[in-house]
Amino acid sequence: MTHLSAFDLAIAALLVILLAILSARVQRDLAVQILIAALRTTVQLLLVGLVLKTLFTHVHWGWVGLMATFMLLVAGREVTARQARGLTRGWGIAVGTLSMFLSSFAVTLFALIAIIGTDPWYAPQYAIPLLGMLLGNTMSGVAISMDRLTQQAYQQRAEIEARLMLGQSSREALRDYKRDAVRAGLIPIINAMAAAGVVSLPGMMTGQILAGAEPVEAVKYQILIMFLIAVGTGLGTLAAVGIASRRLFDERQRLRLDRLQSARS
Amino acid sequence: MRLRAEGLRCEGLGPIDLAVEAGDCLCLSGPSGAGKTRLLRMLADLDPHQGSCYLDGVASARIPPPQWRKQVALLPAESRWWGVSVADHFPTDCLLELSSIDLPDKAWQWHVDRLSSGERQRLALLRVLANQPKVLLLYEPTANLDTRNAERIEALIADYQCNHQAAVIWVSHDAAQIARVSQRQLRIEQGRLLTTSEAAA
Repeated sequence: MTHLSAFDLAIAALLVILLAILSARVQRDLAVQILIAALRTTVQLLLVGLVLKTLFTHVHWGWVGLMATFMLLVAGREVTARQARGLTRGWGIAVGTLSMFLSSFAVTLFALIAIIGTDPWYAPQYAIPLLGMLLGNTMSGVAISMDRLTQQAYQQRAEIEARLMLGQSSREALRDYKRDAVRAGLIPIINAMAAAGVVSLPGMMTGQILAGAEPVEAVKYQILIMFLIAVGTGLGTLAAVGIASRRLFDERQRLRLDRLQSARS
Repeated sequence: MRLRAEGLRCEGLGPIDLAVEAGDCLCLSGPSGAGKTRLLRMLADLDPHQGSCYLDGVASARIPPPQWRKQVALLPAESRWWGVSVADHFPTDCLLELSSIDLPDKAWQWHVDRLSSGERQRLALLRVLANQPKVLLLYEPTANLDTRNAERIEALIADYQCNHQAAVIWVSHDAAQIARVSQRQLRIEQGRLLTTSEAAA
């Protein structure tokens, strides 16, 4: 693999700054957001590089667990950060974190133990990148589906309540919107699977090939990852929509929009 | 007593005590914002509240919410339609005839987008009656209808009220209508219930 120098990265960074300047003409906020996000990418990835280096030299399940928990908590926060109308009183973070824990952690553990069979099972070279890919994708699914569900519940409140008034249960009254939210959460991964190799070359596989791996081996890993991501995202989305929709109603099956935050632009 | 409410209260409204006999109609009026809608919503158990409601002596807490709302049915000012055809919004075993609201039988298959506001309003009432409620909470059921249709609706409600011994709470601003349909009248002002007249027997 050809090594990248700091100068090479600086050239790429210059392109991002150019993009920020261009978008400032459209909206000043947007430029700031791009720059902050780019800065975060740089700092976070450099840090994680150092952390991984340390983790690989001191293999211990405790450190791997700590890292995994940290990743999960950050993902939980990110899920709620861009919700137009999230659940109030920490429920948004709780639902997001719990559903990602259930799906990403379970799927990662299953893959490590039953499929890849690494030794030890928590080998950080496998566990951390795998969990990272799963969390990253599940996070989008969970965030999109929860956002869709709460938005729909707010916008269609008159319709949902009309159904309740006619004696439908809260479950029946919300069914269409739950279905819609789950589908919205799963569209990205379905698209990614459908377009893989034809439209896009998935990042992990590309990375392995750049690092000099045999393409067919890289492809096999990528297929495995795609499947794991699909399962993780699916389970996470179902769990999040399931728990969040219970929270939208109370014990008397009243629609409780007071449990949603007021609109954020 | 078919419907009884004790100490019904939410923020800025109540406490309200109220009772309606089977087969009786109570008219409710008052300026907008006084709490008419919120009172009906509390009775239908759609909003959190304090106090209790009883249907034929059974507390609402002892009746599952969907059953309660089928029996204490609220007809809101504006109806909502989520399905494609009219029939999608009725129980499959509905025995009611569309002729009772002056619509042809083929209207079951009509698309809801095509309905006029008057048709929507009449169908919304029929949709409520299809559940055979014991209590009707009506929010201006004839508000946008012409005289002929308003009379039909009044007759339909009166028939139902009599045949099913339903208790009716009717929000109306039309003094003539109030006198026609109700045995008792109450006014809500600033979240409080005032009696304006007793039954003119």
